[in-house]
Parts: sequence; C-alpha cells; structure tokens
Amino acid sequence: MAMTQQEILAGLSEIIDEIAGVPADEVTPEKTFVDDLDIDSLSMVEIAVAAQDKFGVEIPDDQLKDLKTVQDVVDYVGRASVSA
Amino acid sequence: MRTHQGSAGARVLAFGGYQPARVVTNDELAASVETSDEWIRSRVGIASRRLAGPDETVADMAVAAAGKALAGSGLSPADIDLVIVATCTPEVMIPNTAAIVARRLGIGAPGAYDLNAACAGFCYALAAANDAVRAGSARHVLVIGAEKLSQWVDWTDRSTCIIFADGAGAAVVGPAEAEEPEAGIGPVVWGSDGDMADKICIKDRNSFIFQEGQAVFRWATTALHPIAKQACAEAGVDPTELAVFVPHQANLRIIEALARKIGAPQAKVASDIVTAGNTSSASIPLALSRMIERGELGSGDKALLIGFGAGVCYAAQVITLP
Repeated sequence: MAMTQQEILAGLSEIIDEIAGVPADEVTPEKTFVDDLDIDSLSMVEIAVAAQDKFGVEIPDDQLKDLKTVQDVVDYVGRASVSA
Repeated sequence: MRTHQGSAGARVLAFGGYQPARVVTNDELAASVETSDEWIRSRVGIASRRLAGPDETVADMAVAAAGKALAGSGLSPADIDLVIVATCTPEVMIPNTAAIVARRLGIGAPGAYDLNAACAGFCYALAAANDAVRAGSARHVLVIGAEKLSQWVDWTDRSTCIIFADGAGAAVVGPAEAEEPEAGIGPVVWGSDGDMADKICIKDRNSFIFQEGQAVFRWATTALHPIAKQACAEAGVDPTELAVFVPHQANLRIIEALARKIGAPQAKVASDIVTAGNTSSASIPLALSRMIERGELGSGDKALLIGFGAGVCYAAQVITLP
C-alpha cells in the first residue's frame, strides 16, 4: 500500500534526526539539505541508505544528487513506492 | 614425492610502524586549495597527515617500519625466510620492493614479493603469511604495508589531496604451536568486486588518484560490516570479546559507521587517521603499532582487522596481539 506524504515525511524526519541530529520539527518540506539543514553529501548517502531500509526504496547516487529539498525526497520515495 | 608440513598455526610476533617527519596540517593545504580545517575535519576526520620527503622512497619507509617489527620480535634477519610488501605505490614496477627491503635489512635470500590489493593490501599479505607458515613454505615472514601516495595525488584536487598520505607498517609472523590455541591469526574473509573498479583508480601512468567519494562511502558503510562480522564468526570470536577494531584508516566517518555496526561497543576503535591521514596498505599495521606503543593494547588482546579499497578489494581477520 502506498504511503502518504505525511507518513514519508515523518519517517524521513526520524532518519534525519538519527543521522544528522536535526530535530524532527525543523525538517519541513521546503528546507534544503545542504543550506538549511547543514547536511553534507556523505550524510545524504547515509540518509539514502537508511531510507532504503525504512521505505524499501533505493535512491542511487546519480538520483540522490538531484534531491535538494526534503520535499524532493518525499516525492521520490512516494513515486517509487507506488510503482514498486 | 614429499609434501611440506608447516606449523599448526601462525601468529603475529611484533608490529612496527614508521611515519615520515613532515607534518602537513589542514591549514597548510587550505593555503593552496579551496578547503578549510573545519571542512576536512568534518568530512574525513583528518587533522594532519605525514608526507615523505622528495627523496624518501617506499622502500625507505618499509625498511624503517620492518626494522622496528624485527627488533620487537627478537628474531635476527637470518630467521626471516619470506618478505611480502603490500603496496600500490612502488617506486618502479621492477625490481620489486620486497627484495630491496630484504637486502637492506640484511635478510639473506628470502622469498620476496610485492602484493597489490590497494588499501586491503596488509590484510591480504597477512593472510598469505599465515598460509605460508601453516603450509610450511616459510617459517618467519616479514609482512609490510608501505605507501608513498603523495606522488600519485593531484595537489590541486581538493577532493583527494586532503585524504592521502605516506607511511609504513609491518608485522613479523611466525609459527604458533598447537598448545597455544589462543595465539593466532584467524581465517581471512576476503573478496573483490571488479564492477566497482572505476570508483577508485589511477587511470593510467600519467594520471592521479581518482575517487568517487559518495559511491565508495556508500559501499564502505553498507557492504563491509557483514564481512567484518563473518571474520569474527570464522575465528569463533564474538564481537563482544574484541579489545580493538582496526579498520583501514580511510575516513573517520566510515570508521565510525563500521564501528557502530559490528556489535562491539566495548572495543577500542583505531582512529589513527586523525594524525596519519589515509596511508592505504600501511594504515592498519601503523595504527596498531602506535596503539601498542602508547600502551593502549595488551598482549593477548583480540583485534579485528579489515582492509578495503580500490579494486574493490577487501579482507578481514581476527588476530591475537603479540
């Protein structure tokens, strides 16, 4: 069953808190990872790996570089989990 | 026809390490490429690294580290009958580094070969030494990891010049008798994946080290902890029994991620990269020798080693410290 955007956002917030120590209430859809949340490229890889474990959606490196905001990841996971 | 019969087991008798004199700080690098101390510390965990002098060779560094290991073992050069040098940065392709090192240490006419498994090289060489002693093709083996990566680094490439460094580490491996089952070198768990050959490479003899950082980071933080745990299982050592975890000193964030995943919260974790940089095949014996010198580890301690790098190649084993 497809996850709702809210479910994905909640799950993603947990991952970001765990890996980068950013509190969940700061992880809002319009935030950019690099500039707003101060998350670097290596942490993005860790987030992608954790997202794969949690959502069953693989985010390869060549896709990952295009995911700039929290909403980008939510959309990517949403689309991929629907088509899976 | 007769076949050889070796020793019941093999163990490390002593470690030795060598670092070149020149300390290069992050601020010094930041003066020539666009980077900063804060950026380097947060991305790779390095505060400073050591670089060889212009005339200092891989063999020079190997001799220095191996000389210390040999002295620590209490053996004489005449006792050594095999020398293996793990390196991916030899001065020249022929003659090999091992024969030069052996001659300079006064070791008679040992078997001598170089081995290239990049940053996994020391663990590959240790496995080869273990096998040689157990099979009877050698009795005492000098195992050396030595690198001069600085000569293969593009000093204008800020993604690699902040990481790689120079140094050497060595171990003397000798027989362990059946009555010392606790002293030994555990079974190696090793492998490779040539599909990732282009992720870390020197493309040709006119090129410098290239690394696709994110891809390597993803591989290192997802594929390797099962290998490390399998090495523990093969050795019959529970991760909670480990005194120290010594992964290849590639990047402090890889080291910390691996350490979290192997299930050994009590174990010390080697973090020599902070002041040594990434010295490829030298990093594991160099880190161990420095921890032993500082009195952080004791004889009989169990250490889990895992080397990993270009190829990609990887190898892990549990050893008992001398």
